[in-house]
This record gives sequence, C-alpha cells and structure tokens, in this order.
Amino acid sequence: MKLKLFGAAGLALFLAACSDHANKNANTGAATQQQVGPVPGSEADLVATAGDRVLFALNQNTLSSDAKATLDKQAAWLAKYPQVHVQIAGNCDDRGTEEYNIALGERRANAAHDYLVAKGVDASRITTISYGKDRPTAVGDDEASWAQNRNAITAVQ
Amino acid sequence: MMSSVKPLIPDDDAARLASAFSRRGFMGAGVAGGLMATPLFAAGTAHAQDAGAAEITVDQARTAPIPIVLPSLGGGVAQQITDVISADLGNCGLFRPISASMPQGTPPFATYKSMGARAVMTGKVVEQGSSLRVEFRLWDVLTAKQLQGTAYTAASQDWRRIAHVIADVIYSRLLGEQGYFNSRIAYIARSGPRARQVTRLAIMDQDGADSRYLTNGQWLTLTPRFNPANSELAFMSYANYRPRVYLFNLNTGQQRLLGDFTGISFAPRFAPNGQSVILSVTRGSGSDIFVVDLATMARRQITSSGAIDTSPSYSPDGSQIVFNSDRGGSQQLYIMNASGGDAKRISYGHGRYGSPVWSPRGDLIAFSRIANGTFSLGVMAPDGTGERILTQGFTVETPTFCPNGRVLAFCRQSAAGANGAGFATGINTIDITGFHERALPAGSSSDPAWSGLNK
Repeated sequence: MKLKLFGAAGLALFLAACSDHANKNANTGAATQQQVGPVPGSEADLVATAGDRVLFALNQNTLSSDAKATLDKQAAWLAKYPQVHVQIAGNCDDRGTEEYNIALGERRANAAHDYLVAKGVDASRITTISYGKDRPTAVGDDEASWAQNRNAITAVQ
Repeated sequence: MMSSVKPLIPDDDAARLASAFSRRGFMGAGVAGGLMATPLFAAGTAHAQDAGAAEITVDQARTAPIPIVLPSLGGGVAQQITDVISADLGNCGLFRPISASMPQGTPPFATYKSMGARAVMTGKVVEQGSSLRVEFRLWDVLTAKQLQGTAYTAASQDWRRIAHVIADVIYSRLLGEQGYFNSRIAYIARSGPRARQVTRLAIMDQDGADSRYLTNGQWLTLTPRFNPANSELAFMSYANYRPRVYLFNLNTGQQRLLGDFTGISFAPRFAPNGQSVILSVTRGSGSDIFVVDLATMARRQITSSGAIDTSPSYSPDGSQIVFNSDRGGSQQLYIMNASGGDAKRISYGHGRYGSPVWSPRGDLIAFSRIANGTFSLGVMAPDGTGERILTQGFTVETPTFCPNGRVLAFCRQSAAGANGAGFATGINTIDITGFHERALPAGSSSDPAWSGLNK
C-alpha cells in the first residue's frame, strides 16, 4: 500500500513536470473532488508546495543550494502540518555497486533528514530508507536519467 | 521489545517449497544417505585401476580442451544423464565431449586414440522401481586402464545429481582438482518494469536447471549468500519497509530475522565455520561492519570509521576480511583482521572498487571496478598485486566463486535507452583467467551466490 502511494506520488511529479500549473491543478483536483488543488497536508500538497525531492551529484551527499531551498520549503510545510510524518528515501544511479549504493542512498536520505531536523522538524517525524540503485525514477541510462536517480524523496506516511 | 528471531510474513511459495524440500531433500542434511556410491573393480585385466595423478593441468586444458568420448548410457533417463554429463564437461571449457555408441565389452581404445580422445566413459543405467543405479567407468585411452569405476544408487528424481557427481569425478580424475558441478546457485529473479522490478529469491543447479522461487516477490529482496553447509541463505529483504538481513532455511522454507539493528542491515556473508554472519549496518552517513553469532545472536562491531564500510567477505581460513570503504574519499578495497583493527588498502588502480569476494582457494579476491562510467570485473591477490581485468561491460558486478575457485558467476547488465528499453540483466560465468564467458539460462536475474559442493 505504502509503495503504491509512493508510486502515485512519483507519477504526480512526472505529470507536474510535463504540464503547466493549470493542468497539474486539474489533475490533483480531480482526485480530491470539489477542492481546488491538493488536500492540505497530503503528499500531493507537499509536491506542489515544496517539492518532494532533492538531487545529488555523482557519489555525493552534499546538499546543493537548490536542494537546501527545497528542504527549507519542506521544513516550512512540515511546520504547518505538525501531525504529518514522512519517510525520506535515498536513491542512487546505477553507476555504483549494489551494496555500496544501499549505504550511499541512506547517506543521502540522512543528509536531507539532518537538514530538516536542523530546521526544527522533530526527528521523530522523519524516518529514512534507502533503495540503493533498485528504484530508479528515470529508467534510461544517460546523464539526464542518472541525475534524476541520485535523489532523496520525501513521502508522506 | 522485539525478539531477535522473528518469522517473516507467511509466504505461499515458501510453504509450498518447504514441502518440496522435505519430500525431495535435495539440499543440506536432507541429502545425506540419498546417494550411495560403491566401487566397481576394473573389468578384465587384473585390478588395473590407475590411481596415479592426472597428467593434464587446468592451465593446459584451457588452451587444449581434453577430448573425451561420452557414449550414450541408454535411452530415456539414461540419455538425460549422458546429456547433463556432456553439458557440464563441455560448458566448463576444459573438455571436448565426443559422442559415440556404447561399446560392448572392452572399449576400442585404438579407435578412440585415432580420434584423438584422451579418455572414455562407459556404463549403464538400471532403473529399479523408484531408484536408479548408474554404473560408471572412466578409462584412460592411452594406457587402456580404468581410472575409476563406481556404481551410484539414488532416488530416480535425483538423476541430475548423479550426472553432476559423475561429471565431477571425471573432472577430478583427469585434472587432479575437485570439480564443482554438483553445486547450486542462489540468485534474485527479476521481472516487471525497470522502475519497480519484482524480485524473488531463487535457486537453481549450477547449470541453470531445476530453477525455483523461494519467495513470492512481494518485497524487494537482494543478495542471497549460502552458509557453508548449503542449508541456509542469508539475504536482504525490504519486508514491511524495513530493509534488513534475514535467514532462509532451505530444508524447512522457514525465514527469520537476523539480529535487530536500528539501521539498515545488509551485505551479509557467513563465516567459513558457519557459526556467524558478517554484515553491515547503516549509521548516520556511513555503515559499520558487525559480526552476529548465530547461536547467541550476540553482535560484535568491527569497524567504526564513520565512512561507508560494506561488502565484507572472509578469507577461507576465517582470519581476515576484505571489504570496501570510502574512508579515504573514494570506494576502495581494504583488508583487515577478522577481529577488527587496522585496515590496509589494497586497490590502487584507476576508479572505484566494490563487491569484493575472497576465493575459496584463498589466492584471489574478485571485485568490480568502476571507471569512466563502465564496470570491469577483475581479480587480484589479497595483497593487492597482480590485478587482472577478466571482462568489462555497462554493469558487471557481484562476482561469486564456484566451489573450486576456478570459475566466477556474476551479474551482467546492459544499458537502457531513454524509455528503459534495451535493459537486460542476467547471470554469466567466466573462468578466472578471463577465458570462456557464457550466459547461464536463468532469465532476468542478478545477485548470484554459488554454493559449496552439495554434501
């Protein structure tokens, strides 16, 4: 169940990425009946308000300024919805070995986790997991796909 | 609060398998007594069984595979047994099987000699109710002497096992080294779209036959590893979204959690004595290596570098481990005493090094190396000297040695196009010299782990 939700969130992001704001609102709005825009405090709301993921450079867990900006918005969003718990999933491109990448993904999830905690989010609201290179967002094998797959994705629990 | 030994969620496939295992008893202790071997004395001339050392080395056979006459042992299952023996010997690259009809009486050695053959197998298969008796003789064509004569008796359903045992005897008598055909490979079977592959723990004979699933694919499952008795697998499962190491009992189909760590536990390998499992556990921005005693579940931490320390693998005598770590900045191979202490870096080539595994012979460490976005599979001596790349590709990783250390199985993957098309993942084998790479018929798969010889 949880993974299905996670998959739906990924799909929502793709839709968001390839459509304008009007379309995105139409998409999520359809799923939430009369409401305009996503349900407050939902995964879709997190995606729309803050963005659900940050990207990393090859073999790195350093947070870029873009990543920090996204996490600042996530922290603000989490402050607004104090009942929400999230899981941060770290992922890697497939240019590393399987076991090392499990630890590298966790390292990335932890970087996002630690940043959110430093911004005041209670650590008990955040869990981390790593899928190594086994759950690629982009299924191609080129620089653009790998860049998307080096990430930490925040999902509402 | 949580017990250290906990059953995994019920699994229909595992239950079905458990009954299959108890019925067939083809792994671990269940095998004991399943196969009976009795000597067959040399026919005709005195007891001229030649117990001398093999004249041909593996090195020689690589360049000139040994021609061996393998007449059909008969029809039906006898032909199937002949085919498996021939495939084992032919596929390992060290033999050139020659088919023939079974000679009556003394084999025509002069004829075989003129064909260039060095050895000939003779024998017959007798079906006795639900069991099989396979009489097998191996002859040296040049000296016209019997090298081996044995009658094997086993349940009919174990005919493949008899064939692999005979192929191992031929390998060992002609090359002077233990064979590896009577062994299995655990692996991960993969299906579905690349972004969300269904992964099942699976097991097959080393030749790809008799493949079966051990788990139902509900959870992401990775990195199976055999215990030395071949009766248990340690593996990683994302069951209940908590990625951790579990043990799978091959005799009963039962699964249990190994330890109860706060972080992700992964990268398990059994100690050579089978009494403990070494693994890594994530902590903060790195991962530490632990040893878990299987009798007491007591854990001992042996690294705490703060970096990623993972993929530990024991030397065959259990005194040392090789692992990879990015403590020096990039992922490299290190050697350390199995009890912990100072680690010595051994990899110094171009690129990052990972997934090391120690040969059962003790003389080599196999690894993956990643440079310029491409993987290489190689071996080096445990002191880091003599690095040799065996094969390269988009992804070639998770090497695992066959029981005699002469062959590696590994995962080979091809690059995907922009829409994911073109991605393929499978298991290949390659001789440790880089000679004779071939794909195993395992379908979409990864994470091979070779067992020891079946007991």
